[in-house]
Amino acid sequence: MPDKTILLKYTSQDAPARTKEFLGLFTAALRELDALEGVNITGVEDIGLYDDGLVVRILPEGITYRNVQEGDIRRIIELTVKKGQIIKELLAKPAAKETRVALRNCGAIDPDRIEDYIAAGGYAGLKRALFELKPDDIIAEVMKAGLRGRGGGGFPTANKWQLARKAQGARKFIICNADEGDPGAYMDRSILEGDPHSVLEGMIIAGLAFGASQGIFYVRAEYPLAVERVEKAIAAAREYGLLGERILGGAFSFDVDIRLGAGAFVCGEETALLASVEGRRGYPRPRPPYPTDHGLWGYPTVINNVETLANVPPIIAKGGGWFASMGSGKSTGTKVFALTGKVRNSGLVEVEMGVPIRDIVYSLGGGTLSGKAVKAVQTGGPSGGVIPKEHLDTPITYENLAQLGSIMGSGGMIVLDEDDCVVDICKFYLKFCVDESCGKCAPCRIGGFQMLEILERISEGKGVPEDLPKLHEIATAMQKASLCGLGQSAPNPVLSTLRYFEDEYKEHIVSRRCLTGKCKGLLVYAINQEKCKRCKMCQNNCPAGAIPGDREKGFVIDASKCIKCGRCAEVCKFGAVDRR
Amino acid sequence: MIKATINGIAVEVPEGTSILDAAGKVHVKIPTLCKHKDLEASAACGICIVKVKGWSKMLRACCTPVENGMDITTHDPEIVKIRRTVLELILSTHPNECLTCGRNNDCELQKIAADFGIREEEFPKHLRDIKQDASTKTIVLSPQKCILCGRCVNVCQEHQNVWALSFLDRGIKTRISPAGDIKLSDSPCIRCGQCSNHCPTGAICEHDETAPVWDALRNPKKHCVVQIAPAVRVAIGEAFGFPLGANLTGKLVAALHRLGFHAVFDTSFGADITVMEEASEFVRRFRDGEGKLPLITSCCPAWVDFLEKSHPDMIPYFSSCKSPHQIVGVLSKTYYAKKRGIDPADIFVTSIMPCTAKKHEIGRSDEMFASGHQDIDISLTTRELARMLKQSGVDFASLPDEQPDDLLGQYSGAGVIFGNTGGVMEAAVRTAYNFVTGEDMGKLEIADIRGLEGVKEAKLEVGGEIVRIAVAHGLKNVEYLLEKVRAGVKGGGEPPYHFIEVMACAGGCIGGGGQPYGVTDELRRKRMRGLYSEDEANAIRYSYKHPAVERIYKEFLGKPLGKTSEELLHTEYRARPLYVK
Repeated sequence: MPDKTILLKYTSQDAPARTKEFLGLFTAALRELDALEGVNITGVEDIGLYDDGLVVRILPEGITYRNVQEGDIRRIIELTVKKGQIIKELLAKPAAKETRVALRNCGAIDPDRIEDYIAAGGYAGLKRALFELKPDDIIAEVMKAGLRGRGGGGFPTANKWQLARKAQGARKFIICNADEGDPGAYMDRSILEGDPHSVLEGMIIAGLAFGASQGIFYVRAEYPLAVERVEKAIAAAREYGLLGERILGGAFSFDVDIRLGAGAFVCGEETALLASVEGRRGYPRPRPPYPTDHGLWGYPTVINNVETLANVPPIIAKGGGWFASMGSGKSTGTKVFALTGKVRNSGLVEVEMGVPIRDIVYSLGGGTLSGKAVKAVQTGGPSGGVIPKEHLDTPITYENLAQLGSIMGSGGMIVLDEDDCVVDICKFYLKFCVDESCGKCAPCRIGGFQMLEILERISEGKGVPEDLPKLHEIATAMQKASLCGLGQSAPNPVLSTLRYFEDEYKEHIVSRRCLTGKCKGLLVYAINQEKCKRCKMCQNNCPAGAIPGDREKGFVIDASKCIKCGRCAEVCKFGAVDRR
Repeated sequence: MIKATINGIAVEVPEGTSILDAAGKVHVKIPTLCKHKDLEASAACGICIVKVKGWSKMLRACCTPVENGMDITTHDPEIVKIRRTVLELILSTHPNECLTCGRNNDCELQKIAADFGIREEEFPKHLRDIKQDASTKTIVLSPQKCILCGRCVNVCQEHQNVWALSFLDRGIKTRISPAGDIKLSDSPCIRCGQCSNHCPTGAICEHDETAPVWDALRNPKKHCVVQIAPAVRVAIGEAFGFPLGANLTGKLVAALHRLGFHAVFDTSFGADITVMEEASEFVRRFRDGEGKLPLITSCCPAWVDFLEKSHPDMIPYFSSCKSPHQIVGVLSKTYYAKKRGIDPADIFVTSIMPCTAKKHEIGRSDEMFASGHQDIDISLTTRELARMLKQSGVDFASLPDEQPDDLLGQYSGAGVIFGNTGGVMEAAVRTAYNFVTGEDMGKLEIADIRGLEGVKEAKLEVGGEIVRIAVAHGLKNVEYLLEKVRAGVKGGGEPPYHFIEVMACAGGCIGGGGQPYGVTDELRRKRMRGLYSEDEANAIRYSYKHPAVERIYKEFLGKPLGKTSEELLHTEYRARPLYVK
């Protein structure tokens, strides 16, 4: 058995893989320093760090060095391999770690067994809330925690409860908004599927805090498993005396019902959600009056998102101070992000607020799948914005994201690499909002549509310089004059891409080029006559018959027939098909 | 009271006042396209945005209540620019068909575009290819002209409780349509026309039938008679710059003569006949115990439609008496024809109504052909008549008054108040009182059933017995009364009321769907006053005392509820499906 194992991996993408090269250098140095005895040295495929130059890990201590240069090799062997000393300046920062609060039980317990939830500390918060705290104390605890709405708005949860507590009403409602609709975001579904009791408990505590007697889960119908798990959770909680008349023998009575959403994105907006629960068309209405005063059927109503409610039980059980000790500034606690896009490890990650975006993308996400550089990170779903790579070190908080022209939203985080075209990405998100606009108010209904038309023109190579000021004009009108959050934030992708990538837009409009090749309308395929060997492969493979010619005269691409599928370039063995 | 400043001007308003209304108080006009003074704010258009100090976003003046200390700016370059952009966006989805549109020169979108000085189309046109729906033959739906302000849907669902119109699809495809994308005529629509009356554009207009009337007037073989509904005389002036609510009966008569009508009659005379019949019906049910109580009035065709579709269980309570309008129609082609020796086939009866539902009523059942011909050939709205007068070359404003024609043109004061809520009840009670007691009712005004309260109730002493009456207008208010009746008569119990009057439109016919645009409660009150004044000025205020009424019963009808009356003046009701398959 060797005493030491040295693992090597060159992790940067800027040059050809140099793992082998360094392996040679290391081995040579070990030999030279007479340290080969008892040392096993291996180049590995993945070392868990990315874009960090040469990474060296020495086992069994697990000392990891990053960005190791040729000149460092000797001292690593002398100091660390031989003597076990640590070279501080080379140490890799510990990888960002997940901190799971909302997701604490997901994957760890059987969601269908209330016993498992209780064994994991569940319903301890409710017990404390019922028997140790007064309603005002519960609200104070949540206030102290600094918990803010995780569904997008970021409104302080305790304030909402306080408003509803003060509001007059014969009945009061708490609604759990599980109408998760951002493309790519699925933390709410995961929580409901993986830990339904945590949300249910949060809801009961909320009801207790502001005096609601009825809770409603508003779950989108596309989440049948979540609905099933919530149904089972409700039944189990009733059986355990955690729901219904006189909960746990106390004075508080509370019950819960489920309503299914029909799949309109706008129904995630509070007032549209209320209309939908009431059986009306999911149209937002003006606020004020706010739902906390005049909500479901006119009664004071609090609408909290799934993740928000899942945070409540541990806050009550462990205290608001515990929660507030995590995070940064006014953004306390943790946030679940749905990390997707061109990232190696996509999935849900829950981190403390204030973690740099870079850590999420690289340490947890593992960098880009393609190995290409990150171009930007899109956060906040269709209403969010892009954050260019220059700002990746920004600690993720509500305030910082807003400052960068994006939003926290429900926690969507989509990594874009250099192959992604911002016009194309922008079009994708805007189209989502245009499709999902409820149609009630003119700025959103028509403004979004007209902006999309402009973007489509630009991506087809029909853009004109006046398009950019026009996009600005419509986007401003939508932001200022739309009635609800959907319309007000729908132009965010446009504004934020214009803010950081105006040159790329101009490239499309003025030079009529899309450097990523994503905008097919702008692509031109042409045969480079110098490289062409007249093998006829392109003509044989062209599905559109757009390559006339013969082996005598050579081949050309007829742009009027070309459908820009790229097949010719794929089959050409000589790289003679240019794509511009 | 709430204190705030608007454009630096101090303003004090009651709590709950919108920024829009508060601005009006300090002579600041904030433009809006979707807000109608008569309806709740829907906040659909986004034009009325204002800035409030301390708010990062702009607020909508129509639906934001003023709060203490608010510092509001209604006009600055940024606000105006955004309003303009929103307006241009709206215009990009609206066809440029102003010259041939039913709302040309009377369109709120056209006006605001003119006010903003729009000279170019800023955004490419995106017109929706949605077919026109003229299936009801009373109102015409042109959804491609709709700006989705939501007024029609609001008035149809919330005020009229009819739920014929709704929004379909979403996003840029959003449109108004009956639910399920069926024809309006197959929907629960009762043709009250309130949608058309509140529409800011030409998306919902009355079905224009002036052409066949012109044809008849120009046809020498036709003997053209016309009748004017009570509510028309107090609204037509709005099209010619008269003070609101001015009663212009004499001018209307003169103008219709000039148009070429051979005889100008008054629906108020028909109302007097209705009173005779309905009061007799009431007495029969109340005193003689024949038939069910409460007796419910049936003059309003939209209400009749609503009842047949939505409350068929209440049909036995309905008065079988036709509406005054139909009565004048059938008497024109029978009594008048006979007395004048004219072949009824040659008589062309036009009615001028405040109402779009009357266009449907004239063919609604076989009983509307009691004369052997269609009793009324064409029914026009007040708005259509205004257009005819403008085409005719008649200088309406300066026209001297003229008298209506015999035999169906004179009426009592009771007849003319049929045009507003509470009027039918008051008129009927005056006569019923006499029929029960043999005496004249002393005090004529029943204050409890006047005014614009949605449901009005009163108790009257008639011949030593208490008569409980109720009045509802605006169909959302009907449910309350009907539920009360259902609960009361359950298991043979005592009915809560003996007599109920219902008019489909808020304010009654004076607020009808065919009236000039821009109705508000203030305007309704003025129009009502115009009718009450005429009643007060009339020497005869009891239907049964009017010589024209006495004469027709003597010469032609016999007695109320007699054989001829039953044949000509009464009808039947039948349950109809809410949705036609």
